Amino acid sequence: MTPAADHELAPDIPALRDAVASEVAGGRRLADLFGTARGGGLLLTARLAGPGTITALEAVLPAGEPGYPALTPLVGAAFWYERELHDLFGVVPAGHPRLEPLVLPARVADVPRPGAAGGPERIDPDARVLPRHAVGPGLFTIPHGPVRSGVVESIEYLVETPGEDIPHLNMRLFYKHRGIEKRLEGLPPADGVLLAERAEGVASVAHAIAYCQAVEAIGGTQAPWRAALVRTLHAELERVACHLDVMLRLADGAGLAVATARFGWHKERVLRLTDQLSGSRFGRGVVVAGGVSAAPRLAPADVLAAVQEIDQHVSSDLRLLLGTASFLDRLRRTGPLPPARATAHGALGPVGRASGAVDDVRQSRPYAAYGSLGLAVSSRADGDALARLEVRADEVATAFHLIRQAADELAEAGAGPLRTDCEPADGRAAGWAEAPHGELLYDVRVEGGVVSRCRIRPASFHNLVLMHEVFAGDILTDFPFIEASFGVSVAGAAR
Amino acid sequence: MWALRGLRNGVVTTRWPTRPDEYAAGTRGPAEVRAGPAEAGAGPDPERLCPANAIIAAGRELRVDQGRCIQCGRCVAARPDVFAWSQGPDQAAVTRAGLVVPAAETPESLAAVTGGLRERTRALRRSVHLRHVDAGSDGSEEWEILALLNPVYDIHRLGMFFTASPRHADILLVTGAGARGMAGPLRETYDAMPHPKVVVAVGTDAVSGGVVSPSYATAGGIGDVVPVDLWLPGSPPSPFAILAALLRALDRLAGPGWPGWPGGPAGARSEVPAAGGDR
Repeated sequence: MTPAADHELAPDIPALRDAVASEVAGGRRLADLFGTARGGGLLLTARLAGPGTITALEAVLPAGEPGYPALTPLVGAAFWYERELHDLFGVVPAGHPRLEPLVLPARVADVPRPGAAGGPERIDPDARVLPRHAVGPGLFTIPHGPVRSGVVESIEYLVETPGEDIPHLNMRLFYKHRGIEKRLEGLPPADGVLLAERAEGVASVAHAIAYCQAVEAIGGTQAPWRAALVRTLHAELERVACHLDVMLRLADGAGLAVATARFGWHKERVLRLTDQLSGSRFGRGVVVAGGVSAAPRLAPADVLAAVQEIDQHVSSDLRLLLGTASFLDRLRRTGPLPPARATAHGALGPVGRASGAVDDVRQSRPYAAYGSLGLAVSSRADGDALARLEVRADEVATAFHLIRQAADELAEAGAGPLRTDCEPADGRAAGWAEAPHGELLYDVRVEGGVVSRCRIRPASFHNLVLMHEVFAGDILTDFPFIEASFGVSVAGAAR
Repeated sequence: MWALRGLRNGVVTTRWPTRPDEYAAGTRGPAEVRAGPAEAGAGPDPERLCPANAIIAAGRELRVDQGRCIQCGRCVAARPDVFAWSQGPDQAAVTRAGLVVPAAETPESLAAVTGGLRERTRALRRSVHLRHVDAGSDGSEEWEILALLNPVYDIHRLGMFFTASPRHADILLVTGAGARGMAGPLRETYDAMPHPKVVVAVGTDAVSGGVVSPSYATAGGIGDVVPVDLWLPGSPPSPFAILAALLRALDRLAGPGWPGWPGGPAGARSEVPAAGGDR
């Protein structure tokens, strides 16, 4: 929980662009790129992560400047970030290869934009951004979404296909954009956590941890040891639930009825255990600025017993699943993400680790209690849907191990404090967590006792763009497996 | 191998609502005002406790708008003498105003609404097809709806099925705060459903927009886009609460305040058989 290191200010945008490009060429990864309205102008912030470090490079786009030379041609990972900037602030990254609406279903001519101060109170979808892409002879576009079969989140995939292959896939996130970052502005820091928990509802705990760590860094405090353990306990339960959800979707896609039912049952028991511990099936309300709201309502020994049983069932079912030939046939060499691409893009979480991009924030920039607990980071080099499943299987086992360690430590820690006073202070800090989907970044700025800007960068947003590239040689029936193996939360990606 | 594995742990399915279920009974609902007069000055001002503006004060009378409650628990923690958690799965109301508790509605006005709903759903009773649309949820509501298919809840036993096509759907479950981008697709889905149809707003976000609204990108709930028949609060509502709302919509759940059903503990009794489809 180190406060955000340095914020280095570049003299102008081209200097920022060159600095980011040379850092990325030198082996660091672009972790975030976002704007902050500043007195009519725009402060551009690029976050770069390397082994164990994260820094911010910034530059100001003066008021009245309509745009700047795009970063995307130099650093491909900026592709969606610059489209998002374009949507929210109206600035034009000149030379961007495809500046279409991404998070807002509106055209940029409709100013002012919501990101700027004094933005509009409502933005209605513009029908002009909705027409389908017309493509070449023999090709047609299958609009898959936003209302799709099954109980899934709203997103539209435009599958351009000659019949079986998928030469190109396009994604539209804007259907469920909710403007969460803007909604946080003006809230007292203590209330912001309620929005953070709902930015990506299935990773509520990770979001609350990242947000609260930023607020604590601003206030110059740190959560007490017992609180760090409780946070770790809940974060790992959340990881297990999210990974079980991916397994259940994969099994469902392959028509394995019993496996689907079994993993659904395991997931339900994990959510119920979270409920028993905290009163919420998603651990909401547990993490607060300064610590946690209450001690777990189950004794450590009861947690251990419950986890023991679920762990046994899950690992035994996973062994059977990973030995089911008809299932493995659907995953092997499906949706391959080459390690070189994963590293160049800085792919996060299980998607990155299945392709050899091994950064796990729990290990590289430890927070909560992770620095003191034993943690093995799992990775693969194959990069296909099977590798992503294997990484998740390993992570479930590690999570159970971490839960046991945290419960043991909690039993030993006795009756220490669970919360320190976190006085509201002005300032700015970053917070992070390794959410189930991957590295999660917050950048919180407090001015006049209220949040003036809160940047949320879930791994889902960073990873989802890679789905453009993984359909080489795959056909329509592989789609559900590729989507499930990416394990993306649309709510987090669209915010 | 999987067939044997399926038998390994016996039956894990709940028998609720035919038989009581401990977990269902303990379901935490939105906050409510404790019965009895509140003692003035015993703690922080109740009106100012709620970050979601769910607490309404009219003179000395306190009410909770459960349709705005996000279950953060601040009121219950700060003023346990005034506020408490509501318990049990039966949390849905047939009117938006019915979620403001203690309710101000008269039994007569309620009877008219529920009577109309019962007329519409009579034909559906034992074979019901559900369609879900996400209108800007945080993702957790989808998990809780999907949980109805796991072997613990297994709604197939009650004759309920999810369908891919709105043309086959009887009940529309809508989640999310009403993202403006989803208004059109949601409306089209609703229009494509045959009559009679029922709409359930699932979760506090869908009911009122919760803390996500007001925002330039959300409408403050889905009530302006489609006509809602059942309002279910919760952030997110638990699977038992969603199941109870579905049974309410179909008039298959006993409970106080539901015309045609003599009193009795909420959700504890029902005429639904354990295994569906005996008729």
